[in-house]
Amino acid sequence: MKIDIEIARDYYREMLLIRRFEEKCVELYSHEQIRGFLHLYNGQEAIAVGVMDAATSDDTILATYRDHGQALARGITAKAIMAELLGKAEGCSHGRGGSMHLFDKATRFYGGSAIVGGGLPLAIGMALADKMMKHNRVTICFFGDGAVAEGAFHESLNLAALWHLPILFICENNRYAMGTSLEHSHSEQNLSKKASVYKIISDQVDGMDVFAVAKAAKDSIAQIKDGSGPVFLECLTYRFRAHSMFDAELYRDKAEVEQWKEKDPLLVLKKKLEDIDLWSKLDVDEIEKEIGSVIDEAVEFAQNGTLEPLFDLEKFVYSAEVK
Amino acid sequence: MSETITYREAVRAAIREAMESDERVFLMGEDVGRYGGSYAVSMGLLEQFGSERIIDTPLSESAFTGAGIGAALNGMRPIVEIMTVNFSFLALDQIVNNAATMLHMSGGQFNIPLVIRMATGGGKQLGAQHSRSMEGWYAHIPGLKILTPATVQDAYDMVGLALSDPDPVLVFENSLLYNNKGALDKQAVPIPIGKASMHRQGKDISIITYGISLFKSLEAAEILSKEGIEAEVIDLRSLRPIDDETIMSSIRKTHRVLIVDEGWKSGSISAEIMARINEQAFYELDAPMQRVCSVEVPFPYANHLEQAALPQPEKIVAAGHKLMEEL
Repeated sequence: MKIDIEIARDYYREMLLIRRFEEKCVELYSHEQIRGFLHLYNGQEAIAVGVMDAATSDDTILATYRDHGQALARGITAKAIMAELLGKAEGCSHGRGGSMHLFDKATRFYGGSAIVGGGLPLAIGMALADKMMKHNRVTICFFGDGAVAEGAFHESLNLAALWHLPILFICENNRYAMGTSLEHSHSEQNLSKKASVYKIISDQVDGMDVFAVAKAAKDSIAQIKDGSGPVFLECLTYRFRAHSMFDAELYRDKAEVEQWKEKDPLLVLKKKLEDIDLWSKLDVDEIEKEIGSVIDEAVEFAQNGTLEPLFDLEKFVYSAEVK
Repeated sequence: MSETITYREAVRAAIREAMESDERVFLMGEDVGRYGGSYAVSMGLLEQFGSERIIDTPLSESAFTGAGIGAALNGMRPIVEIMTVNFSFLALDQIVNNAATMLHMSGGQFNIPLVIRMATGGGKQLGAQHSRSMEGWYAHIPGLKILTPATVQDAYDMVGLALSDPDPVLVFENSLLYNNKGALDKQAVPIPIGKASMHRQGKDISIITYGISLFKSLEAAEILSKEGIEAEVIDLRSLRPIDDETIMSSIRKTHRVLIVDEGWKSGSISAEIMARINEQAFYELDAPMQRVCSVEVPFPYANHLEQAALPQPEKIVAAGHKLMEEL
């Protein structure tokens, strides 16, 4: 595969942004500035970055409760996300959503859902509307291996295939549904096979390799826009950190985590570039510095943000109250 | 100009007219197309609009209800038909976790102009899993609006009211009403969502009800009238929002309250109405409030048992007598 240095730099910058953002979240969580559930994306960065690179601004995104990576890669600013995590009015969901419910109309980012599998039926409707109104758009729906065990997954995949809908299903298989491993959850652990029985074009891809993910996503989206119907990509990945901040990780070996860390998407990219003598051209220190200041500015923006007044508490329940 | 048609025909006419005037409107659900609708509401619509807008779905309540939400988010005006409220439990996640929350969770960015219609109620010997009235249960949830058309006029009007609302609206059609005939004036200005209507004036008792119980209450009110007791009968029409103003102003006149609801008593909409009256009009009351609701049992199959479980005019009359007893 031929690698363009500019694209490689963008991928590296985006993945590093997510990594450093998540690390900052841990810090702010321990300082009790971020509260609630916090699910971090460390280890899975290549998927969000690769897929978002393939998406156009007109495509629709549906994410899960582990959604910081998708939101950042989609182009929601670190400032707006950090302000949301601090519960501020300047947050991308006005402080009403929090970590698990990031939303942004401008980038067609429809959340941020905290019910496993809950976004899949929405994807069906999004794509159905596009088909009915003849918009040449793709709905990109992210979910994890855990969702594949939900009824909503099977109902939705059947409908997607039956109605020939323009949906790219991105299954981020990080091998654990909270603390229950793939082996304890699925009779068939090759999840792409489950999609293929619904007559959906499906494949597995190395979710630690941003180039591989981007290529698979680009090919899939082109195929869908050509009228192929839905496509299912199972991205094989691993989360480096605990499920959430409340997880003592009693269910997996440290050795397993260390083994997967050798496939860190940032390292994979580095090795690929080293192999073709491009790594030194990346200005890694410069990128690190640039991202450091993006994060610092985001934190400052969030900390200086405003709290919504209590008299607005009942706003946003019905549209009439949205002013 | 008024015509006399059935409740079923009124719903169908309203859907047909909405689809004729707005290409974003479509109907989706189990057996709505080729079968013509489980209760024959959509009979003939497939022939007129085709299978792209009258969409037969597989038995996937969660996915097709969620698809309604997604389509609404993406610019359409879907009407999702769930065959009965009992099957809506299979879509509860989508209704409660997505439809009711997204506007709020997104800080006002994403509203969901979705209409979900479903049949409700008992009385046809369909047993415990097909006979419930759960509209009051849904009324618990902020973010939803709950409509309960009782009359032919409302059966027609509420389709349009729900479709022009920017937020998710659930419409509960009591299945025993579909064959009811009544007057429909298509030119009449619809009574807005959240406004009750007074079907009978009276000075002695305020009967507060909705849905099919409206007709049982009116029947009871006629019996009471012959005995010299004059009851007002209020059709709530909407269980969320509730028209507190109409309820309280009636109580200020009658000072006696009787609530009739086919739901069960415990944790119910009838309990909610009593609580509101307690909060807002306690000192107006001349007697303890009364309720006629379904007996707290899963609905039995045998006709005599089922009828005994449901509110009936004679139970409403008896409750009226109790209210009028001298303290």
